[in-house]
Amino acid sequence: MSVLKPEINSQDHIQGDDSASIAIVEFGDYQCPYCGDAYPIMKEIEETFGHQIRFVFRHFPLTNAHEFAFPAAIAAEAAGLQGKFWEMHDALYENQYRLDGELFDELAETIGLDLEQFQKDSASEDIKTIIEDNFNSGMRSGVNGTPSFYVNGTKFEGGATDLYQMLKESTE
Amino acid sequence: MLEKGAIAPDFELNATPDQKIKLKDFKGKNVILAFYPADWSPVCSDQMALYNEMLKYFSKYDAQIFGVSVDSVWCHLAFEENRKLHFPLLADFEPKGAVSKAYGVYDDEVGESKRALFVIDKEGKIAWSYLSPVAVNPGADGILDALEELSKK
Repeated sequence: MSVLKPEINSQDHIQGDDSASIAIVEFGDYQCPYCGDAYPIMKEIEETFGHQIRFVFRHFPLTNAHEFAFPAAIAAEAAGLQGKFWEMHDALYENQYRLDGELFDELAETIGLDLEQFQKDSASEDIKTIIEDNFNSGMRSGVNGTPSFYVNGTKFEGGATDLYQMLKESTE
Repeated sequence: MLEKGAIAPDFELNATPDQKIKLKDFKGKNVILAFYPADWSPVCSDQMALYNEMLKYFSKYDAQIFGVSVDSVWCHLAFEENRKLHFPLLADFEPKGAVSKAYGVYDDEVGESKRALFVIDKEGKIAWSYLSPVAVNPGADGILDALEELSKK
């Protein structure tokens, strides 16, 4: 049984209450179509289960398969430096169908980032290190494709729909 | 299936139509063998595509990875090109499945390799092995744990 390594910590992007009883970690890639399909379901999970859920996203860009996956992860992290990681995260998935190298600045403006700062941060080595640390965490946790989900620290064998179903059954 | 401590059986398999890979040439390096049933499984959760993303992490542990299946070199070439793979896939093609059999990971009924992982140390001994259910991509956590263990020696 694969276990999340390291556990959820202060480096993570976290949505939801600290007191939530269910912590979900997704390892995802912004260009992966299956992650794109999972995105609205994750939103639905967060809405349906509200305070019971804490949601964490870690980057697992498949850079050979998806040329914009790594740059997209950089965009999300750079937005995070301006306190808007989740706004960029959502914008990337909502615009996945037209993902390309031009899109990031446009989204940065749409969500109201300081563009100059965003571009500067996007070029920083620190951000690359964060994404590589996330990828490393995925490898060590047994990620075997994207998206991969962990529920309370243990790998969940299934997709977002299975996750929704499981949560529904376990919270009934 | 061969287990930890066994001597890894030597082999000579084609990686391309005119390049053969001999296991014994890799003495002094750690070797990862990833036996898998067939090329062309679905994209985002494909085991070989996943390892392709991890090559620099494997090389940190001085390890070379090889994929092994009974597909022919031409099939492997097309698959490698399509998925932009940057490590060799070996054709356990003639006699069919001989190397898979030597490692104890050949499925006679379907005529394919099972989904199995071996980490071989620098002296050519098996340091870790794992048999995965055919439908489950085992990821890389076991490989990395084994390599980390070897690096401590």
